[in-house]
Amino acid sequence: MAIFIDKQTRIIVQGFTGKIGSFHAQDMINYGSNVVGGITPGKGGQTHLGRPVFNTVKEAVEQAGAEASIVFVPPAYAADSIMEAAAAGIKYCVAITDGIPTQDMMKVKIFLSRFPKEQRMVLTGPNCAGTISPGKSMLGIMPGHIYIPGNVGIVGRSGTLGYEAADQMKALGIGVSSSVGIGGDPINGSSHRDILEKFEVDPETKVVVMIGEIGGPQEVEAGLFAKENMSKPLVAYIAGLTAPKGRRMGHAGAIISSSGESAAEKVEILRQYGVTIAPTPSAMGETVARVLAKL
Amino acid sequence: MDIHEYQAKQLLAEYGIKIAEGGLAYSPEDAVQRSREIGGGVWAVKAQIHSGARGKAGGIRICKTHEQVVEAAEELLGKRLVTHQTGPAGKVCLRLYVEAGTDIARELYLSFMVDRAQERIVMVGSAEGGMDIEELAETRPGAIKKIYIEPSVGLQDFQAREMAFAIGLDADQIQHAVRLIQGCYRAMRDLDANMIEINPLVLTAHGDLLALDAKMEFDDNALFRRQKISELRDKTQEDPREMAAADRGLSYVGLDGDIGCMINGAGLAMATMDMIKLSGGEPANFLDVGGGASAERTEKAFRMVLADKNVKAMLVNIFAGINRCDWIAEGVVQAVKKIDMQVPLIVRLSGTNVEQGRKIIEESGLPIIMANTLAEAAEKAVQARNEVVARQG
Repeated sequence: MAIFIDKQTRIIVQGFTGKIGSFHAQDMINYGSNVVGGITPGKGGQTHLGRPVFNTVKEAVEQAGAEASIVFVPPAYAADSIMEAAAAGIKYCVAITDGIPTQDMMKVKIFLSRFPKEQRMVLTGPNCAGTISPGKSMLGIMPGHIYIPGNVGIVGRSGTLGYEAADQMKALGIGVSSSVGIGGDPINGSSHRDILEKFEVDPETKVVVMIGEIGGPQEVEAGLFAKENMSKPLVAYIAGLTAPKGRRMGHAGAIISSSGESAAEKVEILRQYGVTIAPTPSAMGETVARVLAKL
Repeated sequence: MDIHEYQAKQLLAEYGIKIAEGGLAYSPEDAVQRSREIGGGVWAVKAQIHSGARGKAGGIRICKTHEQVVEAAEELLGKRLVTHQTGPAGKVCLRLYVEAGTDIARELYLSFMVDRAQERIVMVGSAEGGMDIEELAETRPGAIKKIYIEPSVGLQDFQAREMAFAIGLDADQIQHAVRLIQGCYRAMRDLDANMIEINPLVLTAHGDLLALDAKMEFDDNALFRRQKISELRDKTQEDPREMAAADRGLSYVGLDGDIGCMINGAGLAMATMDMIKLSGGEPANFLDVGGGASAERTEKAFRMVLADKNVKAMLVNIFAGINRCDWIAEGVVQAVKKIDMQVPLIVRLSGTNVEQGRKIIEESGLPIIMANTLAEAAEKAVQARNEVVARQG
């Protein structure tokens, strides 16, 4: 069934009637995602893109059975929107918004952690391209046509580098079960490790590709998880070989601030954990193909 | 965003942290005026640049006469100071902070930062101040105390006391230390700081605790709600190219190589730079043009990359998602026609409307080298760069 979203998943769009929200909501509808409505406080009762607009997420959950949401709300209000989704009983939320303050994300994480695990909303992002289960549903801003359905799971921080991986795989006829963007911020909803956990128990996924980058401890944690808990092979590529220490490479989180955070160090540790490393960014597709051939 | 030591001290003073008496100077005349106002017999004349390790670079002068203050100011103002944090270009000193000398009994360390793994603020302290904390963490991790702060309730007094005892303060100083530590935490929280470092925090001969140096770094994403902090930005301390890029909504980092890059997305940009290196070249820059790369923005990005005189070839790698390859191609063609390009250009397009995009470039008649894959793009860029270098002899 892929992870997080499938054909039936009932989706709402937070920041539905804005320019960006409208554009991508239409794109998701065109892809075949089951968009059941959207939220814009004060515009409840209207219809937009042929779907109902609600004032609150709670109304969308009660009246349209919303299960998943995607957030396009501007940075200053995005944390509030994410917490609203969690409190209303949304199960899975993708935050696309780029530029949410770090301390707001700390609050969001604490807020989420107070729910009992079985009721807790899963958040991916912010500052990500979203999630797609090819041929089923798209909850994001990616070009849907570059993914073909298949059995490789993708998890990555970067949008376009994730597209590059999917494109290389498509050229080799390799399809994707789900592709999940966790985003480029220092504090994000789900870590690489959290997503690996989901792929490990997804029957459709046979191999997982992790696309990481410099900065932070997440890729190494994910590697340790794979070593200790995963039966499925993990392929990884870490971007940022040429990044100098202490300089932020675009993403707020892509900065080498302490030892163990450079691309070379992460690759070395992942190798020790038995992860198959794609030696170059152009070898992501062929590395996956080699691993698949051995299954 | 970084700020100067004197700015950090002024902010912290508002939160009850004691600092030595001091004043700002833009000229040697200012400097001696400050030392006369402060009085006493010892002053520190401190170069205000956005970097730590200023002492080792000669940026901090201890003066015992007003004449020495003038001399120190004359030497430091306008000087480029190079530390291990500034890179080889160094940072120019245009402001001085003149501070009363302090009678130091002990030097301690205290900092607050965002811990990414724990997703909360961590307070770090050590009885051994004045040292590089990263070095200390590696050589003697036992000398460092870390206390994590629960975001929903904030720093508790017992935690502040625990830190105060851990860094070797005794009963006489605890109350004062708790106030100082709580003040730092409030500043961190209320001002959306990513980091506050007081190194050293000193215990004076009179038993006072004061911040002898202070460094603060702020969350760029939160500046929209911290007007007062935004105003502290000192553009003379930032790379002019990076600033110009930020003003245009682009993300640019200058590097030492000679292959210029324009890419959409931070991850793909890093990966493309990796590919250049693996193909035997060195990138001249990181440049993320972002999602909506209009023709205007593409031209600005081109100008920015080519403003670096080291650039001997330029590589454009766009994976169009929200973007469309035909729009990008039109922008590239327009930019090349407008700008008199002196170096070879390699373009790789992929994603939405890729065929139309390639067609536009091929039909433009411009000498643009096309590539289909990431690897091919990097190889062709390195090859083109090598040919330029060979021609130039």
